[in-house]
Amino acid sequence: MSTFTATPFADKTFGVTITSLSKRFGDVTVLDNINLEIKPGEIFCLMGPSGSGKSVLLKHIVGLELPTSGQVHIGDFDAADPETRARVHIAMVFQAGALFNSLSVYDNLALYPREHQLCNEAGIRERVMSNLAMLSLEDAANKFPSELSGGMKKRVAIARALVIEPQLLIYDEPTSELDPVMSATITEIIATLREQTAVTSIVVTHDRDLALNIADRIAIIMDGRIHATGTPAEFREPTDPTIADFLSPVIDTKNPRFRNLKG
Amino acid sequence: MKPLQLILGHVGGVLLLMTRTLRFAPTLPRQSRRFIEQCYLIGYTSLPIVTILSFFIGSSLALQAGYSMEHLGTKQFIGTLVGLSMARELGPVMVAILIAGRVGSAITAELASMKVYQEIDALVTMNISPERILVLPRLAAILVMMPVLALIANLCGWYGGALVCQYTHFISVDSEAYFAALKRYMEWQDIANGLFKAEVFGFVIVLVCCYIGLNTRGGPREIGLSVTKAVVTSLILVLVLNYFVTKALL
Repeated sequence: MSTFTATPFADKTFGVTITSLSKRFGDVTVLDNINLEIKPGEIFCLMGPSGSGKSVLLKHIVGLELPTSGQVHIGDFDAADPETRARVHIAMVFQAGALFNSLSVYDNLALYPREHQLCNEAGIRERVMSNLAMLSLEDAANKFPSELSGGMKKRVAIARALVIEPQLLIYDEPTSELDPVMSATITEIIATLREQTAVTSIVVTHDRDLALNIADRIAIIMDGRIHATGTPAEFREPTDPTIADFLSPVIDTKNPRFRNLKG
Repeated sequence: MKPLQLILGHVGGVLLLMTRTLRFAPTLPRQSRRFIEQCYLIGYTSLPIVTILSFFIGSSLALQAGYSMEHLGTKQFIGTLVGLSMARELGPVMVAILIAGRVGSAITAELASMKVYQEIDALVTMNISPERILVLPRLAAILVMMPVLALIANLCGWYGGALVCQYTHFISVDSEAYFAALKRYMEWQDIANGLFKAEVFGFVIVLVCCYIGLNTRGGPREIGLSVTKAVVTSLILVLVLNYFVTKALL
């Protein structure tokens, strides 16, 4: 059992305000007039079909993409300004982990405190090992990413995000490609982390169980637009047929959906 | 107009990458481990091929020169020809071509796969500049290693030529005469000019390969395309720059 006590970030968490955000790649509009308010300390789930613009929206929040029009603010800071990343500790758990393949798990976690000269090697070791212990990954410290299973990679990616002591934690499909038990484990980790650190968590997911169980609020994005926002209770028995079909699709082999797909 | 815009865009991108990277130059002492690792990868691991290649270039040059100069009765100048050719032209150019193929391709492949698999994005979100930890150590390492490699290439080429001159029956110029001719017309300036050219080529190769690698989008196919693009662009730039730098140095 881990003895890790997370640093309380409660007084430092940041909310996110997205105002009239649009993004076009050439002639294709990927995001169209998105308006969202994510409160400090909440778990906010973004759901939607593949290709609806969820990941692009996340990239705008962390400043990896610049808006065609509109703005994203983290607290009072403009997300498009590179200086914001120096002011706000933002961590992102990428869909495929994005672990540095040439570094061991330990060095993956140690990179951030080393590069920002946050403490000496002993301090870095303590910080890294406590985060690995929190996710039961102590034995994987000397392994390389290529030696890890999918679930372990996700947990290492979360541990690496935690080393940053984030004030805004963003997950891009954290339970994709995982078995149901590991998905539940990751879901529990996300909820526990918020409980322990009060960090604002934005989760892009297709996982209905994750969203309905741990989210404070959910937004459904379709074709680059926010289709609906609400609490998990509001989405448990949706009246909107599109949302109902998205959250609880009925498998009909007599009249398969793919025959009616466009493009 | 579009291709020209595209080329100018890329030139601007490379210059921007250069200024961003050089801005981090004061952080190099803190990155000594990465710098030494790159010196090893760029310099030490390239040594065997540089040695073999330049030895046989010097040998072939001496062989061709001996064959032609025998008819002209100017065999005694073979050392001068091989010496100056290696120092001023073949040493730096051949090392640059080799580095573009061997090191440039590896740099582009590594950075392109880091970009495609979102490792670069992860660095950016951690507020760690890819220019600082990925480009700067490579740029510093190439600046240190290129003159060393070019110098070794010169020496190997000269000795390759000397051996051929001594042991080829229709040339039969002994090493003493060969090196005497080499020294007679060779000045330190000739060697320095060659090393300067090597430095310029190395700098350009690493910058271009890093730029192309860091701007790769797509998947495994695009990584391959980026590597090809980086090597071809580097080779063209080395040969074009060679003319202009040579002209400027004459």
